[in-house]
Amino acid sequence: MTVKHVRELDRVVIRFAGDSGDGMQLTGDRFTAETASFGNDLSTLPNFPAEIRAPAGTLPGVSSFQLHFANYDILTPGDAPDVLVAMNPAALKANLPDVPKGATIIVDTGDFTPRALKKVGWETNPLEDNSLSAYKVHALDLSGITMEALAPFDLSRKDASRSKNMFALGLLSWMYGRSIDGTVTFLREKFAARETIRDANIAALKAGWNYGETTEEFSVSYQVKPAAMPAGTYRNITGNLALSYGLVAAAHQSRLPLFLGSYPITPASDILHELSKHKRFAVRTFQAEDEVAAIGAALGASFGGALGVTTTSGPGVALKGETVGLAVSLELPLVIVDVQRGGPSTGLPTKTEQADLLQVIYGRNGESPVPVVAASSPSDCFHAAIEAVRIAVTYRTPVFLLSDGYLANGSEPWQVPDVDSLPTIDPNFATEPNHDGDGTGEREFWPYLRDAETLARPWALPGTPGLEHRIGGIEKLDGPGTISYDPNNHDHMVRLRQAKIDGIAGIPDLEVEDPGSEARLLVLGWGSTYGPIGAAVRRARKAGHHVAQAHLRHLNPMPANTGDVLRSYDRVLVPEMNLGQLALLLRGKYLVDIVGYNRVRGLPFKAEELADVIMEEVGAL
Amino acid sequence: MTAPVDLGLPGLAGVPTTDVKQTKKDFTSDQEVRWCPGCGDYAVLAAVQGFLPDLGLARENIVFVSGIGCSSRFPYYMNTYGMHSIHGRAPAIATGLASSRPDLSVWVITGDGDALSIGGNHLIHALRRNVNLTILLFNNRIYGLTKGQYSPTSEQGKITKSTPMGSLESPFNPVSLALGAEATFVARTIDSDRQHLTSVLSAAAAHRGTSLVEIYQNCNIFNDGAFEILKNRDSRDEVLIRLEHGEPVRFGADGQHGVRRNPSTGSLEVCAGDDPGVVVHDATADDPTQAFALSRLADPGTLARSPIGIFRQVERPAYGDLMAAQLDEAAAKQGEGDLQALLRGKDTWTVA
Ligand SMILES: Cc1ncc(C[n+]2csc(CCOP(=O)(O)OP(=O)(O)O)c2C)c(N)n1
Ligand code: SF4
Ligand SMILES: [Mg+2]
Repeated sequence: MTVKHVRELDRVVIRFAGDSGDGMQLTGDRFTAETASFGNDLSTLPNFPAEIRAPAGTLPGVSSFQLHFANYDILTPGDAPDVLVAMNPAALKANLPDVPKGATIIVDTGDFTPRALKKVGWETNPLEDNSLSAYKVHALDLSGITMEALAPFDLSRKDASRSKNMFALGLLSWMYGRSIDGTVTFLREKFAARETIRDANIAALKAGWNYGETTEEFSVSYQVKPAAMPAGTYRNITGNLALSYGLVAAAHQSRLPLFLGSYPITPASDILHELSKHKRFAVRTFQAEDEVAAIGAALGASFGGALGVTTTSGPGVALKGETVGLAVSLELPLVIVDVQRGGPSTGLPTKTEQADLLQVIYGRNGESPVPVVAASSPSDCFHAAIEAVRIAVTYRTPVFLLSDGYLANGSEPWQVPDVDSLPTIDPNFATEPNHDGDGTGEREFWPYLRDAETLARPWALPGTPGLEHRIGGIEKLDGPGTISYDPNNHDHMVRLRQAKIDGIAGIPDLEVEDPGSEARLLVLGWGSTYGPIGAAVRRARKAGHHVAQAHLRHLNPMPANTGDVLRSYDRVLVPEMNLGQLALLLRGKYLVDIVGYNRVRGLPFKAEELADVIMEEVGAL
Repeated sequence: MTAPVDLGLPGLAGVPTTDVKQTKKDFTSDQEVRWCPGCGDYAVLAAVQGFLPDLGLARENIVFVSGIGCSSRFPYYMNTYGMHSIHGRAPAIATGLASSRPDLSVWVITGDGDALSIGGNHLIHALRRNVNLTILLFNNRIYGLTKGQYSPTSEQGKITKSTPMGSLESPFNPVSLALGAEATFVARTIDSDRQHLTSVLSAAAAHRGTSLVEIYQNCNIFNDGAFEILKNRDSRDEVLIRLEHGEPVRFGADGQHGVRRNPSTGSLEVCAGDDPGVVVHDATADDPTQAFALSRLADPGTLARSPIGIFRQVERPAYGDLMAAQLDEAAAKQGEGDLQALLRGKDTWTVA
């Protein structure tokens, strides 16, 4: 046996890439789970085609999963892979441009036939023509070795070769000192009903590990020590899962039954799937006939005293607009989750973007103010959801909760919160008439008589005697809530609704991170750019520059000190995955100039790219 | 005072009742009714306000949800809970309300444009799901509120503001549509026939699941007389077919006309009242074929040979009941939800 060396690293970025049918997402998920329980900090980026099974072996059919893990706290899934695992020629070709020279490439040669090469436009085999000489290439017949390892099993060639992803996982697990125990348990449960498949997959996984251990191909394995994290219990979590849990937790903390109305749409559907599992929490999920019905049902449930929620992506938000306006007029709690994807129209369904900001703030008829909360990382989706519910319930208003494709599918470690530490939310239902009426001595109920402090109206549930009332989308008389077409009343009501949203309390000041307080450049972001901006700012600082960073969670209303913060820097840089939507809002509201950095490639920013922009801006000051 | 009492009305099971005697006045709100004088909507409002007290339901547990249109102003005039929503969406909104609040009696008020144009999708899906709702579809064969454009029930060739040379479209038959959408309760009635209207409303309220009641409603401003042949003493007996469950389908002043099945086509046709083949109406038949065939008797233009009454009344579990049962089943099998355990999940690690 060869002597193996163990080399220690601070961080590694691995990308698994293959055909959409090769199980790369599962492979990545499993490697992530083991890495998480090992105690590394991590961040993931799944990237897959919109087609369920794009033609095999083609470039559009390539699916990949990138994982960044480290012995310190990291903020992004990594700019470029240190290791690319490519399961076929298409996967190699599609991902090669992202792989820096000197990086490691592990290729399954099993499918490097002239036909397969031709399919992706390669005239010669790159494994033989020296074109990969700048990389450390391990060209291995993973398919062949897997099939050999599985020879004792009664499996077709096709079924046997399907387990090659587990072989690759085993090999990579050996290389980075990850356990495979969790995956063995996982496979046992997943294939409990199909013994042969179960055993074959476990065998392939172990064979992959042993292959690393015994073959001379690999002389070095690597170690990335656990990251120092605050004490606590952790799990790995995706944005969609965290968001789902946030909604269940908010329902729990407000003692409201959760009602989700939803129509399937990528990348939001997993929230519907997840919440459908939690019926024992009295969570009702309703898969509606379309987005309009989905939000309608949620609003109807809110009228009845449920926590009404609807989940969708940009195209669905467009359809829901009229009902959001109704909710503004009815002043009922409602949470609309927009997991943004590339647009316009169908756009890039499986890719990320943050170009719905103006749609959710302004995309309705009339003066129709709606609070907007944006999550900044996968695990932050949990707390952002609770905050959205707090505002919706306290202020009797629809609230937009923004996530995006990157947060939805990306994952990171999450310190599991103690339920007792979560805020409680008081629905404060109306129980009694609230007004003296017309002098007959009988008390009346006025559905639009507001709380003096919050300007919220009473939430009176059907079934409460004496509070019978009618509400609707027609303008209402301030107080009694009866129909009113009076010009001054309308002007007053428009301003009241706006004032209610503008006056939302409990929005913390915008915090600026500016070590040394010498920065003249502020980098301001919102949503999922938090990680990349943070990583880029760190780089710029490491390079000796002074840079301040701040991130907006509340997009409407914005923190009270936002204008002051913006004005206290010589230059404000706002990177966005759109053409400058926050920048437009900031310029309009605060009359400050904003330098935008805008890319809409369907992918999160890279730290290096942003760091360059930041250093350029600092240099120009 | 508000304990649920078994009224023997499955549609209202779980809705609290009251011992206090109620009158029409209790159900009348303080809002001034603003329909045009002579509008058929008044008669329907009066019928509903007149018959609801008989149900003895706690008023606070009744909710009227409407869309947009003249008819959709209805909830403002009812002293119950109510929501005047947006165009076409009332069935969707009511679905969320009814399926999360089994203790409410939920009514949907809609028009032919509201229910069959913009809200067509929601209507058919509410019917298919069998949500426990009573839907009153005010069909005046015109868009009233927007001042007189043709609607999806207007007859082909109709001259309106938007069809100066006549409408090009074939109308929907709402009863046929509802039957095709798997509705469990489908009826038709007429605004001017208070007694018939009330009896149909009672049956609709008693039904568990979605009840669709099409009400022929006169818009005396933009489509006056649309149902005149069905109402006029001189013509009505010849053209109006009153369906009675368990009775032969006959019409005419002396029952001189009947309806029988054409043996070669299988469809229904008019025959002599004493024809031995006159069909007997069975609203409870599992198979909706005959109910559908009856709905097809009416002339889509003139409405001659229009059946009124209950076409179909069958039992199928209501959506909200099934949903509640799944929640109960999940809690029974897995125990009540434990939030802390959910958040922890299975794959955790501890940092000391
Ligand atoms: C989204 C939207 N589109 C159009 C309208 C305008 N509109 C109001 S009522 C109506 C038609 C109503 O017809 P119907 O449902 O038959 O009710 P009726 O007035 O006849 O009772 C239309 C087109 C609207 N209110 N909302
Ligand atoms: S326009 Fe027609 S339907 Fe509308 S209120 Fe007047 S009469 Fe009634
Ligand atoms: Mg109409």
